[in-house]
Amino acid sequence: MVTIYQGRSGLSRRELLKRGSAAGALLIISGSAVLSTGEAWGLESTALKPETLATLIQMARDIYPHDQVPDKFYAIAIKSHDEQAGKDAAHKELIEKGIADLDQKSGAGGYTGLGWEDERVAILRQIEETPFFQAIRGGLVVGLYNQKEVWPIFGYEGESYSKGGYIARGFDDIEWL
Amino acid sequence: MPAPYDLNDDSVVVIIGSGAGGGTLGNELAQKGIDVVILEAGPRIEYDEFINDEWDSFGQLAWLDNRTTGGGWRVHKDFPNLPAWIVKAVGGTTTHWAGASLRFQEHEFKTLTNYGKVEGANLLDWPITLADLEPYYAKAEDKMGVTRTNDIEGLPGNNNFKVFKAGADKLGYKECHTGRMAINSADRDGRMGCQQTGFCFQGCKWGAKWSTLYTEIPKGETTGKLEVRPSSHVLKIEHDDSGKVTSVVYADKDGKTQSQKARIVCVAGNSIESPRLLLNSASSKFPDGLANSSGQVGKNYMRHTTGSVYAIFDKPVHFWRGTTMAGIVRDEARHDPSRGFVGGYELETLALGLPFMAAFLDPGGWGRSFTTALDHYDKMAGMWIVGEDMPQEQNAVKLHGELKDKYGMPIPDVWFTDHPNDVAMRNHAYKQGMAMYDAVGATRSFPTPPYPSTHNLGTNRMSEKASDGVVNKWGQTHDIKNLFVSDGSQFTTGGAENPTLTIVALAIRQADYISEQMSAKSI
Ligand SMILES: Cc1cc2nc3c(=O)[nH]c(=O)nc-3n(C[C@H](O)[C@H](O)[C@H](O)COP(=O)(O)OP(=O)(O)OC[C@H]3O[C@@H](n4cnc5c(N)ncnc54)[C@H](O)[C@@H]3O)c2cc1C
Ligand code: SF4
Repeated sequence: MVTIYQGRSGLSRRELLKRGSAAGALLIISGSAVLSTGEAWGLESTALKPETLATLIQMARDIYPHDQVPDKFYAIAIKSHDEQAGKDAAHKELIEKGIADLDQKSGAGGYTGLGWEDERVAILRQIEETPFFQAIRGGLVVGLYNQKEVWPIFGYEGESYSKGGYIARGFDDIEWL
Repeated sequence: MPAPYDLNDDSVVVIIGSGAGGGTLGNELAQKGIDVVILEAGPRIEYDEFINDEWDSFGQLAWLDNRTTGGGWRVHKDFPNLPAWIVKAVGGTTTHWAGASLRFQEHEFKTLTNYGKVEGANLLDWPITLADLEPYYAKAEDKMGVTRTNDIEGLPGNNNFKVFKAGADKLGYKECHTGRMAINSADRDGRMGCQQTGFCFQGCKWGAKWSTLYTEIPKGETTGKLEVRPSSHVLKIEHDDSGKVTSVVYADKDGKTQSQKARIVCVAGNSIESPRLLLNSASSKFPDGLANSSGQVGKNYMRHTTGSVYAIFDKPVHFWRGTTMAGIVRDEARHDPSRGFVGGYELETLALGLPFMAAFLDPGGWGRSFTTALDHYDKMAGMWIVGEDMPQEQNAVKLHGELKDKYGMPIPDVWFTDHPNDVAMRNHAYKQGMAMYDAVGATRSFPTPPYPSTHNLGTNRMSEKASDGVVNKWGQTHDIKNLFVSDGSQFTTGGAENPTLTIVALAIRQADYISEQMSAKSI
């Protein structure tokens, strides 16, 4: 479903890094894909513009910023909008127009051209009541926090039945009280 | 063994819903030798199939048919199509519930008398007293294996409880313990003890927590007098010219309409679906819906004054480990108007997994103020507020004017706005909860708004006089002798306590009454 893959074939990591530094960005666009230079993964777009996906990833991080969570998980979290846009023209328009509006409000360099999170958040505050923003934010609540791979980053241990519960695994192990 | 009854068998008692009320009533009647058919809208999912995953479990068990909301509550804005968290499966919401099992206090049965007239509130005394219910509370506690009753030991305190208890001690609270829980602290009644897996809200995969799904229902089935028909969604209750109910129309698992004849019908679909069904059963004889001569069907919707307090500490807590709600402070449950409100509230420990915490900590919230809270998820402790809310006539379950479900029946539209008393109580509770955590060194705390309603009450309320409510003191409708209400919608007022023990006690008592009336041939 989600085409996140490591070490995209045809484009070496060195090449990625070179292009990345040339573009001066962490996420770069190559063909229809968004590539992460630092984390070495790519996200193929199918319905939305790859630039749109890259901006969505930044926007997702600005909405729910967790500095310890790599971009990859934000990319997975917004990927569903690309899938939905492929099936639903109205959704595609909602997202493309929303991103265009975001870029337009952000000045010459567009949304991702704004260097500080505060600057970008100020733009998001202007649009937070819009259906576009609400669609992105609402989708992230499950899209980001329901990824099992994200849970350990927050310390959450998930399923416990198969391990016999916590009766012998620290349900009452607090020591600092 | 489960007895299959014929659709034309008009000697059976038909119960609609298999949760706390319906499942208990079904078993109690079957034990007395009465023939019972339970029609349950949801599928039968046994406890080994439950899922230790919040969203997957929600998808497996929750009632997801469309509903709408209105009114001033925040749930209307944040969860416009999810007014309540209720289960659609055999066992009803007793699959998801946490197990907190408390008796009402004496004064809570007589709120109009004890609180006086409260402006804007539709307070009324129950037609029964604590003394009337005490023997049934005792039976319910034994049946459910409630800890701290019947010489059953309390559950051990988990990490979340230890933080909570330390705060309660610092504030000088006197009544703080690991609760009266319908969760086995050791093997009992053929079920094992709690393994502290921490997924009580997702259905207990060990069967340690009481649910009608694997206690009342199989016990009733063993008598050969109880048939549970899953995936049978009741659409309408029908009556004859004399006004007696005669049969129940339902959609079966294939969506085909069936009609089951009945001697008696008991409605136990929880406080949104029960009044909806009575309203949807309107006829030329009863144009405002069944049992609605008082106009109170669907009115006085209560959901308890709730809210949560979460707090962050500088060291790990791991609050998701172990029982979800085994911890309580009862000191604030008293009626003491000097606090600025009538009635009282309980504080109970609560933990959510990361996915639900993200959805419910501050619905709609975003940015660093929100995410830095989650960054310290492993250092969080949490508690839930549950207090008495004021019944108000305009808080109601209504039929939607346009939207229909897949069977063509109007969907429910759930209206709720806090009463000023509810707001004052919640603010008091937030302050106390935050003070508890501050006292043990919290670096930050969060007054979290109410979730979609887990306690749904009052929409077919019990009253002495037929003009004030829908059912009499036995849960029998004032208007129709062989039509009963057997769930939390009977509650005249809500009390400060989690409702299920009272629902179960009322169901046991109702079974005695129904069987007496059947023997006396009066119904
Ligand atoms: C997460 C959570 C935690 C909770 N924790 C506690 C707690 O600790 N203590 C406590 O006291 N309470 C708790 N509760 C509340 C408790 O679960 C309910 O009060 C109780 O289950 C209500 O019983 P009931 O019989 O009214 O309805 P339910 O148990 O909800 O049963 C109603 C049943 O009727 C069925 N039904 C509805 N309409 C129809 C129809 N038209 N045809 C056929 N079937 C129908 C439904 O599918 C459902 O199975 C909790 C609830 C939740 C969601
Ligand atoms: S914590 Fe105990 S009661 Fe809750 S689900 Fe786990 S075993 Fe069952």
